[in-house]
Amino acid sequence: MLKSMSVVREAIADDEADDAMAERVAAGQAKEQVETGRRVLPIVEGVVLVAALFAPLVLQDYLTVFATRVIILALFALSFDLVWGYAGIMSFGQALFFGSAGYGVALLARDLDITNIFLVLPAGTIIGLTFALLLGGFLLLGRHPSSVIFVSLGTLTGSYAADRLARGWYYLGGQNGIPSIAPMTIGGYEFLEGPPFYYLVLGILVVVYLLCRFLVRSQFGLALAGLRENEQRIAFFGYKAQHLKAIIFAIGGAIAGLAGSLYAFHEGFVWPNMVGVVVSTQVVLYVLFGGSGTLIGAVIGTVIVEGVSFWLSDNYRDIWPIILGLLLLLVILFRPLGLISLVSGERERVGSFGAAAKETEKEKRNAAP
Amino acid sequence: MPLLEAAGIKKIFGKLTALDGAALTVGENEFHGLIGPNGSGKSTLMKCIAGAEVPTQGKVSFLNADITAFTPTERARAGMSLKFQITSVLPTLTLYDNILLALQAQSSLFDLVFSRTRRLLHDQVMTMLTQFRLADRAFDAAAALSHGQQQWLEIAMALAGKPKLLLLDEPTGGMSLEERRVTGELLQPIKQHCSLVIVEHDLDFIRDICDRLTVLDQGKVLASGTVSEIQANKSVQEIYLRRA
Repeated sequence: MLKSMSVVREAIADDEADDAMAERVAAGQAKEQVETGRRVLPIVEGVVLVAALFAPLVLQDYLTVFATRVIILALFALSFDLVWGYAGIMSFGQALFFGSAGYGVALLARDLDITNIFLVLPAGTIIGLTFALLLGGFLLLGRHPSSVIFVSLGTLTGSYAADRLARGWYYLGGQNGIPSIAPMTIGGYEFLEGPPFYYLVLGILVVVYLLCRFLVRSQFGLALAGLRENEQRIAFFGYKAQHLKAIIFAIGGAIAGLAGSLYAFHEGFVWPNMVGVVVSTQVVLYVLFGGSGTLIGAVIGTVIVEGVSFWLSDNYRDIWPIILGLLLLLVILFRPLGLISLVSGERERVGSFGAAAKETEKEKRNAAP
Repeated sequence: MPLLEAAGIKKIFGKLTALDGAALTVGENEFHGLIGPNGSGKSTLMKCIAGAEVPTQGKVSFLNADITAFTPTERARAGMSLKFQITSVLPTLTLYDNILLALQAQSSLFDLVFSRTRRLLHDQVMTMLTQFRLADRAFDAAAALSHGQQQWLEIAMALAGKPKLLLLDEPTGGMSLEERRVTGELLQPIKQHCSLVIVEHDLDFIRDICDRLTVLDQGKVLASGTVSEIQANKSVQEIYLRRA
């Protein structure tokens, strides 16, 4: 009897020693991550912002025009990143909201002569929001949670259908789309391609970026993290998981709509591809390439994918799509979390929502003798 | 008036009848154990109560309301909470965030977006972590915890919404002896404000902690009563002897 008890005791002691060991190792790892990972993303964000601010000063004019387009696409990429990277909703039809807003503002300009920036940008945003609410309501608000496959196929179909519709509808210009859209105006001033347009879209990107940053770091962001990790689990806490999804999907649609209206005025024309599957897939690639689940990853991904295709198409006229495809495959194979994961760890990507609380806890502990 | 009353629960999966008229009644502040051999339908009954499965037939009432057709979210909002059999803490989030996520579940959207309850809930988060002996790990990722600690974190999360009824599906699965003992200690204080339904293989554990037991066998209730009544029950002894 005594013997067996001591065996049990030893086993427990062993267990405890093992646990303590595992704890120390884990704590060490966590600490390391915190120390090396904590400040990386803000630095990256700062570097990107400074580079973006000075770009038009060093770039030739035609490159500034290209850079403006890239920034608009980065705004579009943010919308997909919110939806997929943060909420785990696979939207394979994000271009639907981008393109329909583009068409919407193009029609405003063509048929009603409305080009005032304070009218067209809100209009585009609302168009994106409305379409996302309608499609999201249909796909996400069923009685039972919808599967990733259902949502991705549903959004893909929506985008494909819109593409076909735009191609076949005479009012929307059919295959050719709507050409020569009048420039966006503010009072008597016309936004033409070039540095002013560049700084306008950069300003908008920064504002939207900061709003998204605020949102994903709030308690709402924590709920999104729960949604992404385990939707069923948080429903059992009492979250209205499907409502949360529909809300973030609608916000994503609004941002895509804003980007789409800027794109329409910048390019001066809209065409069916803009609502279709090609652009929808493109935005998925930007975000996966840069790193989904970090806002800056979406921006970097867009800049690199677009930059590399621009350079490749200049220098390897015939085979550039193949090189680009291989490059994308390599990144997705070896860096499934995107390029941003080269500099920032998992811990920083997920973030800590009690970060402020952590400081107060530390202070309390330091204050206690 | 019982807190929870499930009656005539039938659940058929294809050709398999998992539950055949099972029943369960739980009073306020009562710890109720649900036991029975493998395949007797314990987990299925638990799922029907929690809303993870919809019974083919029968009625589940909770706080005098018929909740048979409620979704899990609606049940949670009515005051019922579930700890899954498989630990489902959110591994990449910190312990602190896991608890905060559970605590803020019923905050309004406005409060969530503007983080208005973050400060308010801070003390509650730390209290829960302290109560479950996890306070010094608050800012580690939940994945770094031992299996037993993850179970405790999970119980803490299930309790965060101040439920009237907590459903525990095999809370001590995979735990060491010492961890089982601590789990028992951790559960005792919640009796003041919460009832418990607990599915468990470890009969010693269940005997120590529960007031009443219900024994299921082949989808039917074999016996229900206080722990000593069940221990004295001949047919219960038989099925356990038969299996042993």
